[in-house]
Amino acid sequence: MQFALMIYHTPEEFEMRKNDYSHPHLGAWRGYYKALVEAKVYVSANALELPETGTTVRVKDGKRRVQDGPYADTKEQLAGFIILELPSVDAALEWAARCPGASIGAVEVRPLAPEAMQRGFTGE
Amino acid sequence: MNEIHQEDAHRTIERVARESYGRLVAYLSVHTHDLASAEDALSNALVSALNHWPREGVPKNPEAWLLTAARHSLIDVIRHQKVVLESEPTIKFLTENSTETPWSTSTHFPDERLKLLFVCAHPAIDPAMHTPLMLQTALGLDAARIAQAFLIAPKTMGQRLFRAKTKIRGGGIPFEIPQEPDLPERLDAVLEAIYAAFGLGWDDMAGADQCGRDLAEEAMWLARVLLKLMPSEAEVQGLLALMLYCEARRPARWDAKGRYVPLSEQNPEKWLGSLIDEAERHLAKAFQHGRVGRFQLEAAIQSVHTERAHTGRTDWSAIVLFYEQLLKVSSALGTRAGYAAAVAEANGPEAGLAVLESIDAEAVAHYQPYWAVQAHLLRRLGKTREASDAYDRAIGLAEDPAVREFLIQKRG
Repeated sequence: MQFALMIYHTPEEFEMRKNDYSHPHLGAWRGYYKALVEAKVYVSANALELPETGTTVRVKDGKRRVQDGPYADTKEQLAGFIILELPSVDAALEWAARCPGASIGAVEVRPLAPEAMQRGFTGE
Repeated sequence: MNEIHQEDAHRTIERVARESYGRLVAYLSVHTHDLASAEDALSNALVSALNHWPREGVPKNPEAWLLTAARHSLIDVIRHQKVVLESEPTIKFLTENSTETPWSTSTHFPDERLKLLFVCAHPAIDPAMHTPLMLQTALGLDAARIAQAFLIAPKTMGQRLFRAKTKIRGGGIPFEIPQEPDLPERLDAVLEAIYAAFGLGWDDMAGADQCGRDLAEEAMWLARVLLKLMPSEAEVQGLLALMLYCEARRPARWDAKGRYVPLSEQNPEKWLGSLIDEAERHLAKAFQHGRVGRFQLEAAIQSVHTERAHTGRTDWSAIVLFYEQLLKVSSALGTRAGYAAAVAEANGPEAGLAVLESIDAEAVAHYQPYWAVQAHLLRRLGKTREASDAYDRAIGLAEDPAVREFLIQKRG
């Protein structure tokens, strides 16, 4: 079963990321990645650029609406996501608690939609 | 109604709820086997107390008042369930007892909590639910609070508790105190469940296992209740001693800036002497029974550690000996990692690493203290690169930010 760990950062956390690639908290992420790989649960992961680099598009009544910045107007913003292969949601919550992002922002755990639905989506 | 009256009533309700919750739930469910209904009835009684006591004053015997109110509520609940035939004997029991109430003026209704604890840790119940069930039925903690400690979604915890209670009601799980030869094993399950609430092995090398950490006080309360009910069980006393030793070190675990301090670097002056003294008394009494078990041995290891407060040093060879006894009865990962760390202190890092290597690699993929100990020992042997790799694994598995920070500092 696959789960997405969606990592939300505070503005302070994004600020830190912007300036300092040698900050000790990067060591926490490196350790976390190694632990995921060694435990054979890692599928994939991506970090996102800063929220202000986002652009939000809507088409309403046939008209384009383009807006600067991220979709949600909240303090904590999506910073990246990790896909894990795990036997249960209990295991997913354990890995979420170990995620460095959980002690500085928040981590949302959500199962990926079942394969049947994904096939409907891709048409394959 | 005056304010003092009201405050007084609220305080009393809080106190009675804390002290009597388990006793009342146990007594109300011992015949019906229906924990959920007993809890509902008691919470109705508590609401009713909140309404009546501030206005009418706190009754002379608050516990008996709650019991009477809860019993009435329970009769209503059972009648509503419409399983008339089945519930008739229960209603009969409840009403019979309500006409003749020897305890309406005293609190001397039978204490059935021991049966309740054995039901919660019954082998037919999923072991992962033993502790949550105890915390809820014996202490009245709500599912959301329990869910926090066990890292489970509150809704899921609620459903699992509900399922466990349904099984107890319908599954013929007896409300009784097990007899020999089953008793030791059954008691062990109860002790395990209480210890799980306390937080397992959180003094291992930077191994602050998070499980249930904020429930330490509740776990100690349960252990005290159990000791009162089974005063001659050595392991019960051993468990209480173990928890007291660990609790005594709580103030030394973090420095003024909130940084994690491992046991070996703790300042013994910060340990709570009164708790250590109490632990020593319990452990000495437990040993008198001549039935050494896992919890007494773990407590003995902690006892050796606390001697540093007087002697200024740690007798690692004594700790190794206790671990060797402990390994004969428990092969838990925490025990084996702790043994490795002790062997390294007594006989050098190579010996400690050899112990670590004997542990199954699959089992430690998720176990942080193993990697913390390994990293520490590799560093002592000057194997810098291997040590860094092991530190990375420990860092990646750490949950407590203070522990993670400590490991990052150590890694360098």
